Amino acid sequence: MTSPAVELRGVQKSFGNTSVIRDVNLTVVKGERHALIGPNGAGKSTLFNLISGYMIPTVGSILLKDEVVSGLPPYQINRRGLSRSFQVSNVFANMSVWENIRCALLWATGHRYAFWKNIDSLPEVRERTAQILQDIDLVSRRDLPAGLLAYAEQRTLEIGITIAGGADVILLDEPTAGMSRAETERAVALIRRLTESCTLLIVEHDMSVVFGLADRISVLVYGQIIASGTPEEIRGNPQVKEAYLGQEAG
Amino acid sequence: MLNGVLYGMLLFLMASGLTVIFSMLGVLNFAHASFYMLGAFFGFQISRWFGFWPALVLAPLLAGLIGAAIERYGLRHVHKNGHVAELLFTFGLAFAIEEVVEIIWGKSPVDYRVPPLLNFPAFTIFSINYPAFKIFMLLVSVAIFLALLIALKMTRVGLIVQAALTHPQMVGHLGHNVDRIFMMVFGVGTALAAVAGVIAGPALQTQSNMAELLGPILFVVVVVGGLGSLPGAFVASLLIGLVQTFAVSMNGSLASIFGPLGPGNTQPFLADIWNVTIAQIAPIMPYLLMVVILLFRPTGLFGTRES
Amino acid sequence: MSDLSKGAAAPRSVSSNKLRCYGSWIATAIALLALPSIFSSAGSLTTFSLIGISIIFSLSYNILLGQTGMLSFGHAVYYGLGGFLAIHGMNLIAGSKLPVPLPLVPLIGGVAGLFFAATLGWVPTRRSGTAFAMISLGVAELVASSSLILRSFFGGEAGISANRTKLMRVFDWNFGPQIQIYYLVAFWTLIAGIAMYALTRTPLGRMCNAVRDNPERVQFVGYDPHVIRFLAFCFAGFFAGIAGALAAINFEIANAAYLGAAQSGVVLFATYIGGVRFFIGPIIGAILVTYLSLALSDLTAVWQLYFGLFFIAVVMFAPGGITGLLMKHRPLVRAGTLVSVLRAYLLALVPTLTIIAGLILAIEIVVRHTVNAGQDPYTKAFGVHFNAASPLIWLLAVALIIGGFVVARRTWQWVGKAWDEGLKAAREKGFHA
Repeated sequence: MTSPAVELRGVQKSFGNTSVIRDVNLTVVKGERHALIGPNGAGKSTLFNLISGYMIPTVGSILLKDEVVSGLPPYQINRRGLSRSFQVSNVFANMSVWENIRCALLWATGHRYAFWKNIDSLPEVRERTAQILQDIDLVSRRDLPAGLLAYAEQRTLEIGITIAGGADVILLDEPTAGMSRAETERAVALIRRLTESCTLLIVEHDMSVVFGLADRISVLVYGQIIASGTPEEIRGNPQVKEAYLGQEAG
Repeated sequence: MLNGVLYGMLLFLMASGLTVIFSMLGVLNFAHASFYMLGAFFGFQISRWFGFWPALVLAPLLAGLIGAAIERYGLRHVHKNGHVAELLFTFGLAFAIEEVVEIIWGKSPVDYRVPPLLNFPAFTIFSINYPAFKIFMLLVSVAIFLALLIALKMTRVGLIVQAALTHPQMVGHLGHNVDRIFMMVFGVGTALAAVAGVIAGPALQTQSNMAELLGPILFVVVVVGGLGSLPGAFVASLLIGLVQTFAVSMNGSLASIFGPLGPGNTQPFLADIWNVTIAQIAPIMPYLLMVVILLFRPTGLFGTRES
Repeated sequence: MSDLSKGAAAPRSVSSNKLRCYGSWIATAIALLALPSIFSSAGSLTTFSLIGISIIFSLSYNILLGQTGMLSFGHAVYYGLGGFLAIHGMNLIAGSKLPVPLPLVPLIGGVAGLFFAATLGWVPTRRSGTAFAMISLGVAELVASSSLILRSFFGGEAGISANRTKLMRVFDWNFGPQIQIYYLVAFWTLIAGIAMYALTRTPLGRMCNAVRDNPERVQFVGYDPHVIRFLAFCFAGFFAGIAGALAAINFEIANAAYLGAAQSGVVLFATYIGGVRFFIGPIIGAILVTYLSLALSDLTAVWQLYFGLFFIAVVMFAPGGITGLLMKHRPLVRAGTLVSVLRAYLLALVPTLTIIAGLILAIEIVVRHTVNAGQDPYTKAFGVHFNAASPLIWLLAVALIIGGFVVARRTWQWVGKAWDEGLKAAREKGFHA
């Protein structure tokens, strides 16, 4: 059995008296594309916040590649190879698209807090940034401040920043939210291409994206996983239909 | 002891307005202590023309109106430029107000007297005189504190303000006329600071550097109590009021306790620290307290919100 | 929604950027060398020296404010401590006849600033925004108040003085005459400026900008924002210490005023008025504020009030400062539509100046009545004589303000329209910023 990339064991999260995540057990296998679906307010973003270190579980533990990471700050978890995107575009608005990507890969390329090197004369940084810019197809927007991008372009940049550092576990939070059909299809093709050799955990509401992209799907309802399995298993699961999918026509 | 509590209550009168303004509008009003000063000077001037009692009512009113106008025509305009711009606006305002006060009333302290009605010692305990005016100050502070408490807990506006203390954005979404509430809150907050000034003026010195001296302590109170927390502001005000007043009256120093063990005169730097009395470091005690609190509890005593 | 279909205009090539960069520094060096030949009076040289010190100080402050998004109300602490340690250093060197020439003394100040920034800065830099600003104020007050207690180090109210001519000579210079001090300051201004500019081109410098824009996201790309802020704080303290040391050398004294809230306020004014978004902003702000504070004090008794009002006006109407305002015109310049906007400015100039004249008149009248009440009402401000007691002068002030405002409003509308048209034309040609 291949090792799990991400594992959640008995994770619970409460804010005061409100229980948002109640006893979640989840295993994301290395290299698989795992989708997390569920109604609004189920706690999907909270789960992402817990995995990426933005929040600490009240009970339970989270493991990344067999190492316990619950309780570590986000930057420590990121350095261990996990990167996430945000539901609301969280870019560096005053910096150009080029600089956004560049900042996202500075740590991974080993430059850390260097204040003695001229950043313009680091060839590997330049090349890698150019490569990613090309991969996400925003070369024409290179010097535009990120805050001025069109919505879909910002979402694309968001994905670009997430994968730029070369993390092998990628968390995407509703990457296609608010996109048109055409934009969504482009985004899905992009995601598939960019996360070729990575483990992907993706939250989505667009079912066509989910069923087209995912190897396995987990359904989160009221802070609990009510079902987890292949797309066919999920589609046929009566509990899932009742809670979320509704009675589909075929 | 009375002085300590009094000082603490005065601080709270100001800190409460500051905290509510910060929670609702998201801006830490750097000029808050300036309204305290305006209250004192308006109080002085009006009591020169009409007497102390009209001044007690008119001065805070005037200051509050000025505060509301500043919010309406100045702060609101700056709001869209971000938090830093708002803070800088109030910073510039504090500077300008001090300059104007200096121009109109000069640099030396003005002769703001205790009203003759209250100018007598109320009672004597352990041979320490407790002047009636200070009792009056305490009574006014407590009365306002209670009125504030009632207003917050029992009126509709009070409920909105309470909600805004923890969820400022939601208040707007709920359909209240946020603009008008903001203006009112800013006006009332600054009026509160002015009241503190009107009653503190005769007891402490009324001088154009009042805001400069009290401003930083006010911010220490708010940081120690926790940004955005009213109970925190209350506890911190009393704490700092008592600490500072007690310290001033204490003449002990390391030298007086440990005497000959000291470094003597060979090391002048260490000798300074050895010989300094607690009374001398009284002015910096609030800042020391702030540093200690920040080291061990970075969000302040009761703080729940980051900036 | 703006039409971005044409994309941004083609970026300039890397090599032409480098040429511009090196070229401007060389030009600056030449200008600094040539300046004393044009303005050779001792007063001008002192002014230039003060401006140079202010430039270093403001640039160091902008490492915090403009580049990392940290608003500090207590930056003068590191300026002051740098100054004090420089003075003590000078006394020590002169007393023990150590072979350390004066030009190296600013480094002592820099190291002092760095040391104290590192010690005092670790805890506050955990927070950001308003909390950090308040803590910086508290720390500054703490140090400033301590300066009256630790008399042997800070010299109490009088401060500590030193004699800068007592150190080792450099090429027969003993740094007594102001011209030699000017060259010392100019040298350090150039070096510090180049160093601080270079810092912005490093990985750390770029991540500082990222922390300014979005400290939350920075964590998710592997960086600890606390460490970045701390490093920025240390650098800012280092260069502030250099500035403080130069000031101590220039005045041959260091006192509690160096550390105080007033000094922190001045650097904040200068940096913000100049503009925090561009490297050259604080330089312009420093030059303007230093020069104005020296020149204005002769023209009017309440120049500090004008300063405060000017600052408030900048915060309200031009939050990007002077350079921000100028840079906004960049797309217009590139698209060639600047001329029509300039014409609108010219039209708006007269009524706007009228309002300002009226306000100044009103302020000066009030000053005359209050500050110098009982004295001769005939007075002078900004070189213009007037009788402060006459009701006519009151009427004039009011008329200028109201009349100017009425006309100005119309002309400002024209300015707005010219801007809209100019910007639209620029965007169509692909120039956005």
